[in-house]
Amino acid sequence: MFNTKMPMRDMFGKALLELGSKNSDVVVLTADLTDAIKTTLFSKAFPDRFFQMGIKESDMVGTAAGMAIDGLIPFVTTFAAFATSLANQSVRVSMGYNEANVKLTSSHGGICVGGDGATHQSFEDIALMRLIPGMTIVVPCDANEAYNATFSVAKYIGPVYLRLGRIPTPVITKLDDRFEIGHAKVLREGNDIAIVANGMMVAFALEAADALASDGIQARVINMHTVKPLDISVLKSAVDECSAIVTAEEHTIIGGLGGAVSEYIGSYNPIPIERVGVKDTFGESGWPDEILKKYGLTANDIANSARRVLTRKIGRSFS
Amino acid sequence: MIRRRFNGTVDVLQLKDFATQLRRDSLRMVHHAGAGHIGGSLGLADFMAVLYGYAMEFDTENPDYINRDRIILSNGHTCPPWYAALARTGSIPLDELASFRKLGSRLQGHPARKSLPDFVETSSGPLGQGFSVANGIALSQRLKGNKTRVYCIIGDGESQEGQVWEAALTAAHYNLGSLTLFVNDNGLQIDGSTSEVMNVEPLDMKFASFGWNTRVIDGNDIESIVRELENIDPNQGKPTVIVGKTLMGKGVSFMENRSAWHGSWPDAEQLKTALREIGNSRYYTDFSITEAENV
Repeated sequence: MFNTKMPMRDMFGKALLELGSKNSDVVVLTADLTDAIKTTLFSKAFPDRFFQMGIKESDMVGTAAGMAIDGLIPFVTTFAAFATSLANQSVRVSMGYNEANVKLTSSHGGICVGGDGATHQSFEDIALMRLIPGMTIVVPCDANEAYNATFSVAKYIGPVYLRLGRIPTPVITKLDDRFEIGHAKVLREGNDIAIVANGMMVAFALEAADALASDGIQARVINMHTVKPLDISVLKSAVDECSAIVTAEEHTIIGGLGGAVSEYIGSYNPIPIERVGVKDTFGESGWPDEILKKYGLTANDIANSARRVLTRKIGRSFS
Repeated sequence: MIRRRFNGTVDVLQLKDFATQLRRDSLRMVHHAGAGHIGGSLGLADFMAVLYGYAMEFDTENPDYINRDRIILSNGHTCPPWYAALARTGSIPLDELASFRKLGSRLQGHPARKSLPDFVETSSGPLGQGFSVANGIALSQRLKGNKTRVYCIIGDGESQEGQVWEAALTAAHYNLGSLTLFVNDNGLQIDGSTSEVMNVEPLDMKFASFGWNTRVIDGNDIESIVRELENIDPNQGKPTVIVGKTLMGKGVSFMENRSAWHGSWPDAEQLKTALREIGNSRYYTDFSITEAENV
């Protein structure tokens, strides 16, 4: 369906380089993963504003918090598992409680990290970050959105978690698309059901919507790139007008986008909902296509969930 | 008014008197709060007195003063003498000390940047974290070309946290000569003596092998503290650690060197005895606790 694929982190690296030349307060820290998060361009252009911190993520986040407190805009870069889980106490206090203007940026968020296996697959990172008061969480859906989000995140004042994936994923947005933190985007109209997705699952959601359309089901597709704060107005419209929701994320179905949307629906208007994502389990090695299939994160899984939810909504079978 | 860095002649008697008052304030704060950590606080009073009474540059009217030296109390539970020093130098109202640990107070049980952003550079409580933040501030200050000093205080028990050694690597790797680390080394922690709980000594040799300048002093001796702080050359390209051998509960006979006083506070009778042993200041009077507050 989408011909062009590109890793989000490539465009993040490009955006960082441009930010670096525009704003001398922007600094970058890495924990021995310079090229893995594509901060090499920045490090070569601005060596005095690039800080190699070695393999010690808690110290890196704390150091960045100190820099932010002193007025700099630090981008802290490492893999999602290390950024949010290993360094969690620093993120909670030094960054979160201090309301420090740190931009915690991860790559390797999600389940598609190649063959690295369970320790490097981070699909609980968004849930961990959601628990920290005042944390803003941005999950771009493709490389272009990652590029645009990087500028918005730099401009925004306050702690942010910017979550990027590892593998090349379909490019579905344009470089000149407008990106605003907290403002979800309706990518496809429809009133039978709403698919609320983020990250690389947005592309699969659009594919699923096409499949559903061939059955005469019109699905609304929402790119909820900001998990915190959720765009309540877009979500409320979806609940009011579609009365059935499927969430889709490269994350556990506990505590992430699906969790956040369920919490909202539970207190606003309990309509039928299903959550597509990783179940309550650890991951394993494998190629992305194999992994996505095994763990139930394909366009087909989204479409099947949609049919089940519609059955609950209408009372007759769509499967 | 701007207080200059190492300005004027040192009046040791005056600094001792200042430390006496910080001890009185700390005792009365934790007693009034009915909670707190008096042991480490009393041991820290002398270092705090030298920082605020002589070594640090700051502006009593302008907390944002660009050339101000920074202080990070990484073992945040020993905050009473710090809050007292802020009050005694006119940075916060004196009577606010009575609000320590109370609901809605700016003087949280562990220092909170959110409630006191003008003075608390970083919230501290989970041990090890403040040290990393101190490095970040020092790196940022250097990037901006500011010649400020950064003082970070940790406990010897705190150095059991791995992050302390992560931060020690960072400060040495980045040649942070502007950073001075003071270890409030009283040899005690909640569960007993540090050597029994999890030995961390010899701290000076550990830091030396990490590439630091090291000094071991009597951390309750005002003259030694003054001398060592004056001797630091921030341009030498190495961070400095002062391992200050202190006495938990310093100045109060029944508290001295007893780990039970790590996280305790004196009752009314104990407070009376403690204040008598500490003695009165010649320059300061105690902050007031109103009848309404004194419950």
